[in-house]
Amino acid sequence: MAQLTMIQAITDAMRTELKNDENVLVFGEDVGKNGGVFRATEGLQKEFGEERVFDTPLAESGIGGLAIGLALTGYRPVMELQFFGFLFEVMDSVNGQAARMSFRSAGKLNAPITIRSPFGGGVATPEMHADSLEGLVAAQPGLKVVIPSTPYDAKGLLISAIKDENPVIFLEHMKLYRSFRQEVPEEEYTIPLGKADVKREGTDLSIITYGAMVQESLKAAEALEKDGHSVEVIDLRTIQPLDVETIIASVEKTNRAIVVQEAQRQAGIAANVVSEIMERAVLSLEAPVLRVTAPDTIYPFAQGENTWLPKADDIVATAKKVLEF
Amino acid sequence: MAAEKNKQFDPTSVLHEIEEKFEMFQILNEDGKIVNKESDPNLSDEQLTELMERMVYTRILDQRSIALNRQGRLGFYAPTAGQEASQLASHYALEKDDFILPGYRDVPQLIFHGLPLHMAFLWSRGHFLGSEIPEGLNIFPPQIIIGAQYVQAAGVALGFQKRGTKSVVMTYTGDGGTSQGDFYEGLNFAGAFRSPAIFVVQNNQFAISTPREVQTAAKTLAQKGIAAGIPSILVDGMDPLAVYAVTKDARERAVKGDGPTLIETMCYRYGPHTMAGDDPTRYRTSDIDSEWEKRDPIVRFRLYLESKNLWNEEKENEVIERAKQEIKDAIKQADQAPKQKVTDFLKIMYTGDMPYNVQEQFDIYTEKESK
Repeated sequence: MAQLTMIQAITDAMRTELKNDENVLVFGEDVGKNGGVFRATEGLQKEFGEERVFDTPLAESGIGGLAIGLALTGYRPVMELQFFGFLFEVMDSVNGQAARMSFRSAGKLNAPITIRSPFGGGVATPEMHADSLEGLVAAQPGLKVVIPSTPYDAKGLLISAIKDENPVIFLEHMKLYRSFRQEVPEEEYTIPLGKADVKREGTDLSIITYGAMVQESLKAAEALEKDGHSVEVIDLRTIQPLDVETIIASVEKTNRAIVVQEAQRQAGIAANVVSEIMERAVLSLEAPVLRVTAPDTIYPFAQGENTWLPKADDIVATAKKVLEF
Repeated sequence: MAAEKNKQFDPTSVLHEIEEKFEMFQILNEDGKIVNKESDPNLSDEQLTELMERMVYTRILDQRSIALNRQGRLGFYAPTAGQEASQLASHYALEKDDFILPGYRDVPQLIFHGLPLHMAFLWSRGHFLGSEIPEGLNIFPPQIIIGAQYVQAAGVALGFQKRGTKSVVMTYTGDGGTSQGDFYEGLNFAGAFRSPAIFVVQNNQFAISTPREVQTAAKTLAQKGIAAGIPSILVDGMDPLAVYAVTKDARERAVKGDGPTLIETMCYRYGPHTMAGDDPTRYRTSDIDSEWEKRDPIVRFRLYLESKNLWNEEKENEVIERAKQEIKDAIKQADQAPKQKVTDFLKIMYTGDMPYNVQEQFDIYTEKESK
C-alpha cells in the first residue's frame, strides 16, 4: 500500500473511476495540461486523453450547465470548481438545476454529477477563494455533501460520490491536501455516503465535527485526555445527509457533546447536528450541547485567518465547560 | 476649439460594419409571396401542409389554453400566438433524436416532438407527472430560469459530440434571455468546443414589459453570437419558410461538425407575457399590435398555400375541429391524474436509496396519507 497525501488519494480515486467507467469525464478550469491549480488532476489528461479529461472556458455557470447537459446524455461528469468561493457564480446550476433533476422529471432523469472543490481556509489564498460555504449547499434538498478529512476516506468517499446517481458536492479542505500521509489501497474501495466515522473512541464527551476540524478536535481530545477526560471524536464525513445514528449512539454513551465546525456560527451544519441531538437524545444529556465555530463575519483576509479560525485550544475550552457543567 | 486628434483607430466603425451585415432574412413576404426564390427550402406539398396544420393547431391550442386558464382549468400558461413560425418551423427542421431544451413558452415544440398533450396540461397545472418524460423522448421540461437552458444545451451538445451521435440540440430563449450571463456562457462553450447546438433567440420584442431597445444597445440580437465566434443570422420569425430554411441549414452544419449557430427570429407575441396578470396595454399600443398582426405567420402561409391549391377553408376547419377535440380529450385525461401526495415528492427527491431524513419523512407521510 502506498503512503499518499489527501490530494494524491483524490487523484487516485479519479484515475480509478476513469478506468472503471468510460462515461466518467473530468473537466473544469485548468484541470487538463496544468493538472489543476492544486494538481488534483495531475497526469489524468495524459493518461486518459483530452476527450475524457479536459479544460473548459473560464465560466463557472457554464461548467455547471455543461455537467448537467452531459449527464442528460448519459455521462458521469466530475467537474472541478476551482475554488469554492466561486460557488455563487454557479449557484443556479448547482442548487437550482442539478439538485432538482430527479424531482422535476418525476424521477425519470438523474444527475450523477460530482462537483469537486477545494474549500476552507488557513492557506492564505486571496479574498473569495477561501470560504466555508458548505451550509449553502447542505441546505439544498437534492444534493449530497461530502467532506473527507483523511487520505483514506477521501479516496473511498470520492469513488462513492462518482458512482452515486445524485449530484454530490465533494469538498476538499485546502489545508488537508498535503498536511499528512496515510496508507491508501491501490485498488477500488468505497466508503458509503452518509456514514460518519468514529475517529477516536471515548466515554465522557462526544466531539462531532468534519473537515480540517477533525485534526484540531483530535489534538483537543489528546489534551483533554491528559486531564483525565475520555473523549470521542466523530468525523461526519458527509454533512448532508447526516449520520444521525452514529451521532445519537455516541451521545447516548457519553451524555455530553460539543459540535465543532470551521464555518461561521450561523452557517448551519453544527446547528443541524445540535437540533438532531435535541430531538432524539435530549434525555441522555447531562449538559447543554455547545458549539465551537468561527465568528459571524465575512471570511477574513489572509493575514487575519489565524486569529479567526477555531483551534484546538478553543475546542478544549468549550469541552471543559460541558464537562464541568 | 482644440484641434481634432489624429486618430488611426475607430472602434465605432467596426461595430457599425458588423451591425450593417445583419439584414433580416426572408423568403415569404407578408402577402404570401416568395421574395427569395433561391433560398426556398423546396418543401414537398405534404410537408408544407403538415407545417401549416401544426401552426393552425398551435393557434387553436393557444386560444383554448387561454380560455381554460381563465376558467381555472390550467395553471401557468405563456401565450404563443404570433410565434408559431418561430417555434414550429424551427422545430420542423429537427429530427426525432434531436434534443430540445425549451423555455417556458416553448411547449408546442415539445408536443410536436412527442410530448403527449395531457402531460403538457399537467405541467401547466403544476402536477409532477407532467414532467415524467416518456422513455426515449429527447426533451427537457420547460425551463423557468431565464437562460439556464443555454448552458445545459452546451452540455447536451458536447455529449452528442463525444458519443458521435449525429444529432443536434436546440434551445430557445427570448430577447430578455440574451441579457443573462448564462446566454453568453452557453454560446461561448458550444463555440469553443464546436458542438452541435442551435441557439434560437425568439425576439418577440418585449421581456414582459421591457422593450428590446431597453434590453440592450446591440442593434440585433443575432450579432451577439459573433463575439463567441458563432455563425449567426437574423431571420423573419413570422416567415415559416425562412425560419425552416435557416434552421435546416444550421442543423446540417452542426451534424457535419461545423459547430453551433445562433438564430434570432424576429417575431411578436400577440398575447400577454403569461396569464398571471400581465397586461400588455400598459406597455404596448394597439398601433404596434396591428402593425405586427399584418405580418401574421398563419395568414401569410395560408395565402401562400392557397396559391398552390394546398389549403382551403375546409382543411383549416378540419384541423381546428381536430385540435378542439384532442384538447378536450387531453384535459379529460389530465383531470384523471392522481392527486399529488407528499410521499410522491419524497420518492422522487433522490435517485436510489432515500437519505435518512427523506426516509423518516416518507414514513410519517405514508402514515398520514393512509388515513
